Amino acid sequence: MESKSISAPVIFDRSREEIEEEANGDVFDIEIGVSDPEKVGDGMNAYMAYRVTTKTSLSMFSKSEFSVKRRFSDFLGLHSKLASKYLHVGYIVPPAPEKSIVGMTKVKVGKEDSSSTEFVEKRRAALERYLQRTVKHPTLLQDPDLRQFLESSELPRAVNTQALSGAGILRMVNKAADAVNKMTIKMNESDAWFEEKQQQFENLDQQLRKLHASVEALVCHRKELSANTAAFAKSAAMLGNSEDHTALSRALSQLAEVEEKIDQLHQEQAFADFYMFSELLSDYIRLIAAVKGVFDHRMKCWQKWEDAQITLLKKRETEAKMMVANKPDKIQQAKNEIREWEAKVQQGERDFEQISKTIRKEVGRFEAKRVKDFKTVIIKYLESLVQTQQQLIKYWEAFLPEAKAIA
Amino acid sequence: MEGRQEAGKENKPSSISVDPQGDSSLQVEISDAVSERDKVKFTVQTKSCLPHFAQTEFSVVRQHEEFIWLHDAYVENEEYAGLIIPPAPPRPDFEASREKLQKLGEGDSSITREEFAKMKQELEAEYLAIFKKTVAMHEVFLQRLAAHPTLRRDHNFFVFLEYGQDLSVRGKNRKELLGGFLRNIVKSADEALITSMSGLKEVDDFFEHERTFLLEYHTRIRDACLRADRVMQSHKCLADDYIPISAALSSLGTQEVNQLKTSFFKLAELFERLRKLEGRVASDEDLKLSDMLRYYMRDSQAAKDLLYRRLRALADYENANKALDKARTRNREVRTAESNQQLCCRRFERLSDSAKQELMDFKSRRVSSFRKNLIELAELELKHAKLQGPDSPGYYGDQTLGNPPVSSKLTTPSCFPLGYWQAPRN
Repeated sequence: MESKSISAPVIFDRSREEIEEEANGDVFDIEIGVSDPEKVGDGMNAYMAYRVTTKTSLSMFSKSEFSVKRRFSDFLGLHSKLASKYLHVGYIVPPAPEKSIVGMTKVKVGKEDSSSTEFVEKRRAALERYLQRTVKHPTLLQDPDLRQFLESSELPRAVNTQALSGAGILRMVNKAADAVNKMTIKMNESDAWFEEKQQQFENLDQQLRKLHASVEALVCHRKELSANTAAFAKSAAMLGNSEDHTALSRALSQLAEVEEKIDQLHQEQAFADFYMFSELLSDYIRLIAAVKGVFDHRMKCWQKWEDAQITLLKKRETEAKMMVANKPDKIQQAKNEIREWEAKVQQGERDFEQISKTIRKEVGRFEAKRVKDFKTVIIKYLESLVQTQQQLIKYWEAFLPEAKAIA
Repeated sequence: MEGRQEAGKENKPSSISVDPQGDSSLQVEISDAVSERDKVKFTVQTKSCLPHFAQTEFSVVRQHEEFIWLHDAYVENEEYAGLIIPPAPPRPDFEASREKLQKLGEGDSSITREEFAKMKQELEAEYLAIFKKTVAMHEVFLQRLAAHPTLRRDHNFFVFLEYGQDLSVRGKNRKELLGGFLRNIVKSADEALITSMSGLKEVDDFFEHERTFLLEYHTRIRDACLRADRVMQSHKCLADDYIPISAALSSLGTQEVNQLKTSFFKLAELFERLRKLEGRVASDEDLKLSDMLRYYMRDSQAAKDLLYRRLRALADYENANKALDKARTRNREVRTAESNQQLCCRRFERLSDSAKQELMDFKSRRVSSFRKNLIELAELELKHAKLQGPDSPGYYGDQTLGNPPVSSKLTTPSCFPLGYWQAPRN
């Protein structure tokens, strides 16, 4: 049986809503495709190169269609640059796909089996989704590093990608979060919106994780069903060969064929289970981690502002003490320091207000995108399930007369 | 754990067809069955106008061991050496199902009440299915005996059907089990020996063909049966997987306050329907495919046993011939040798004749059974797939308007009659 050529479904078709948004001023006229994975080099130094194709009518790009070759670490490098620039001011930077030592080693070593093809396809699809999400972010789209990634034929090698993987960034974010949580100073949340949202995302995170675990089990078991069905089909065919009653023999062979076709259906469904459902969930689990990260950055920002205020207070106390002790040169120093820290307090307040504003906007955009993504995928997935059923009906309808023909 | 089944005639999960030519002068069925802690009690009801029964309608209660005793009595009876003895029903085995129910009862706090109820329902249905199957297996064994013109006249059979008291047949002890096991080894070794015996030629093409055919057929049907079982297990697995997915989707839907709510609920509802579908597909394949394959695996083994007995008789005949020749040359005990040879010859011919008929019956039985089951399998698959498909109301609906899902009350297929079911006692 020839293996079906697999390619993940394109989720980001231009929907009606996108075109409407475009009319409202939000221009999303840019499409990214990641394709043609190609192995470069040999042995442990080998890597996969992917073609990144951009189609756009935006004026900021010199051409309307162009493509470059990138490797996985390039993507990680891009993400680390974007994260270092935008995460701490409240932008939800989409996380890059996970590194996988096992998967990559198999590819390097040159195993041309279905599991390494699957791995490459999984990665290709994940990279495509990553870039699509990144370019759909209006602020990130303006970033020169992103443009360079998409456009320039030569890209400086991203070094030390160990720390730069999506997981690495998230680990850093989570460590920061832990540090914040361990602090005894409780933030005076003047805005209930943030508390509510954080709780909401916490709940969503838990539920998505639970669902994702169940869906992973589903994918696994459906693959098992497919394998078992294929095995049964073979033994039914053998039994048909043995059977010396002609009509029954033929019917058994037909049964074997039906089961083979059903096996194919199971494989396709498992594929849909994974690429539509499971990957969507895992993408959003990592996205929500990024969201939680920005909330934590806001807390750190508040802490910084708070610390500045405390320090200012101390400086004022020092000034007062110096005044009482009548040390004119110390007083001047104290006055300088007070001015310095007043500025810092003001900056702190501005930063805090800015990050709060950014987060509000970002969360609004994120939620809208999330709703759209999930709706689109759920409809597609529902369709796939229904289609499988319809096919099953066709197969059994074709078999029934064969069974009846047994005389 | 207790369960009862009121099995009416129309509710029989009969995946095996009994000889359709059997007349109705002796009708046997299992009218009731009770599952107790570690045994099942079958009520065997007989309706007969045959003269040597005291009444025309009567019942007795029998346990599995008594069925086995009856089967072994037939096998050991020289009278029936030329017949295919219907395979003994398998021992009722609720262990696995019971364990699963117990584990569920011990509780896993992470699952919701609804999930628990669904899983309990699944396991109870499984228990019920195993129960119905064991009743069917025991019943079909008796019905084949009742339909066979020779086997139905057996004295032990009458005792089994009529004797009101316990037959005091205890289960085989370890020594007897070991003995049975050794006998099987001896039998295969013997078979290997006599087939390689020089001068033992199969004169009848029919039997030559049957032997080759049965050997291969038996192996392949055993394979098919095992693999069909695995497919069925996979379907059950999927059905179980759908439970937490449906629950998680529902709770996600409850959390949302936007249009995503409807989408989640719709998907949750679809998974719930798919769960039921997978469950039904599993049980259809179990009854119509797995069970049928299993039965004919056993029946083909019984046919192989018949061939072995005939071969044994042929070997005995050959040996008797040789002994007669020897006696004639030595001119000693010629009379005994002659009569022995004649005996062996007659026995062999008797066996061959009845074996031929039996094997042809086996074939027609097999063909009609496969036909019936494959048709029913296809019909059931179609019925279930269609009920879950786009024809069913409220299936797609307008995403934004969110039509409330119509809960379609699906009728259970005829192989699963609803019986009175008591909740298991822990």
